[in-house]
Parts: sequence; structure tokens; C-alpha cells
Amino acid sequence: MKVIVNIQLKNGVLDPQGKAVHHALASLKFNEVNEVRIGKQIILDIAESDKASAEKRVTVMCEELLANTVIEDYTIEFPAC
Amino acid sequence: MLVAVAVFPGTNCEIDTKYAFEKLGQDVVLVFHKEEKLPEGTDLVVLPGGFSYGDYLRSAAIAKFSPIMKAVIEFANKGGKVLGICNGFQMLVEARLLPGAMKRNENVHFISQFHHLKVIANNNTFLKKCAVGELLNVPIAHGEGSYYIDEAGLKELYANDQVLLTYCDENGNVKNPNGSVDSIAGVCNKNKNVFGLMPHPERAIEKILGSSDGVKMLEGFIN
Repeated sequence: MKVIVNIQLKNGVLDPQGKAVHHALASLKFNEVNEVRIGKQIILDIAESDKASAEKRVTVMCEELLANTVIEDYTIEFPAC
Repeated sequence: MLVAVAVFPGTNCEIDTKYAFEKLGQDVVLVFHKEEKLPEGTDLVVLPGGFSYGDYLRSAAIAKFSPIMKAVIEFANKGGKVLGICNGFQMLVEARLLPGAMKRNENVHFISQFHHLKVIANNNTFLKKCAVGELLNVPIAHGEGSYYIDEAGLKELYANDQVLLTYCDENGNVKNPNGSVDSIAGVCNKNKNVFGLMPHPERAIEKILGSSDGVKMLEGFIN
């Protein structure tokens, strides 16, 4: 089963990478962009067929390793295919 | 005194750290990350700088699960003295032995230069040889050294004299190289046995290196 983990800096925590990209977009005249936040995506392929128990396990993975919950939020998604 | 310097894949300051403490007359043992125990009689554990496990995922995120870190965490929880320098500091926040978290530098650059520091608290082992308000000149070298802690956490740090060092210019005015909250360069835990800082005192131990201000800092651990 494929599981997608998206990790973002928490709201209010400055994202310097996002800021740099925002500046670059502005210099390319994409002035409609208000803000850029950059996160990371981790795609897991796990040996599990039950969604609920997969979500439980991945939540533990996020809390223990994948995200630093002091500064980061995460979401867990199950892609359609 | 017996100093154990932990070595992880990607660590690159272990020899400098060993040299610095040996120059101060101490016995130093390098301990590989796969070891499950610290040497008998260890007085101080140093987590040196570098890029443990390639810093993949996040700086020091993987190091905290290594066998030696389990022993280090146990050692720290029993009151043993632990010093984390740069990547070692990142390990200590990742392992939750120190509060807060480390973020990418605000200007997104890797910064490698001498930088002045101001001593904020000296009622601890680490900085007891320094005066409060004293300025030190020590190199920094990091890409993810922007210390973050929320407001409540910051208040608590100050209330317990856990803020050890801040970045400043040569006159002691605030000069923040990386966007750290309150320009913080180093903190300790509540029990004052776990210390973390981004600057490298072990690289400032001889005049020929540009500064010997690191000697005073490391000497604090030596009785």
C-alpha cells in the first residue's frame, strides 16, 4: 500500500526556503504569488492492506522520526491508485 | 577526566574535539555509534560536529536512534554531563534532551566564519570560567543553526538561566547570523548537565587558529 506523508513547517514558523523561492518568482514577474511554503513529501510503500492500521503505524513513524513536531506538521494521504 | 566523543557516520569534528580535550590534559576515547555502552568511568560525553547520517531527512534526526545515543540519553538522564557542538546540538534537540528545534539558517546560506558570542549565564559547569557579559570569538559553521523555541519555552529558558550564549558583534551588540530566536547560540537543560551550542569551541583553542577563547569554555568541564 502506498502512503504519502506531507511535512510542512507549522504556521507562523518562518520558511526561509519558501521566502527565497517567493523572491525568485517575483523577479520573474509572477507577482500574483502571495506566499510560498516549501515542505517535503515522503512516499512509503508498506506491507499492509488495512488503511486504518496503516494510518496508525505511519502516525507513529511521523511522531518518532519523519517529522519534528516542535516545528513541523504532517498529513497522511492514501493515493487513489 | 575521561571524555567520550561519540562518532557517527558523517561526523567530522571528532579529531578536533579529541585534540582539544587532550591538549587540556584529559583522556579522550572515541566511541563508535554502534557501541551500546559508554566507556566505564566516562565523565563527559561530547557529541561533535559534522553531518551525522548525511543529515538526510533533517539534521541529526537519524542519529538519535543509534545504539550509542541510547546510552548517551541514559547517561544524561542519570545526571551525566553531555556537550553537543553544532550537529551534536542538533542531536540533543532531536533527542529532546534540550528544548526547542533547529531550523535552516534564515538567509538559507551555509555560514562558516568567526563570530562573537556573549555569555548570558555562567552558573553552570560549562561556562563557569567565563564572566556574564564576556565576549568570546569562536567559529561557527552550519546551514541549519537557527534555534527555534516558542514564546512560553523561551520564557522558561530565561527563568532557569538556560540561555547560555547569544550571537553578537565585537562590541557586544546583537548580531544574528542565522535567525535564531533572540540570537541564541547555546542553551542547556533545566538540570544543567546537558549543554548544546552551534559554535565550535574546539576550533578556537590556539592563537594560531585565530582564537583561543574556546579553551575557557571547555575548561569549565575540568575540575
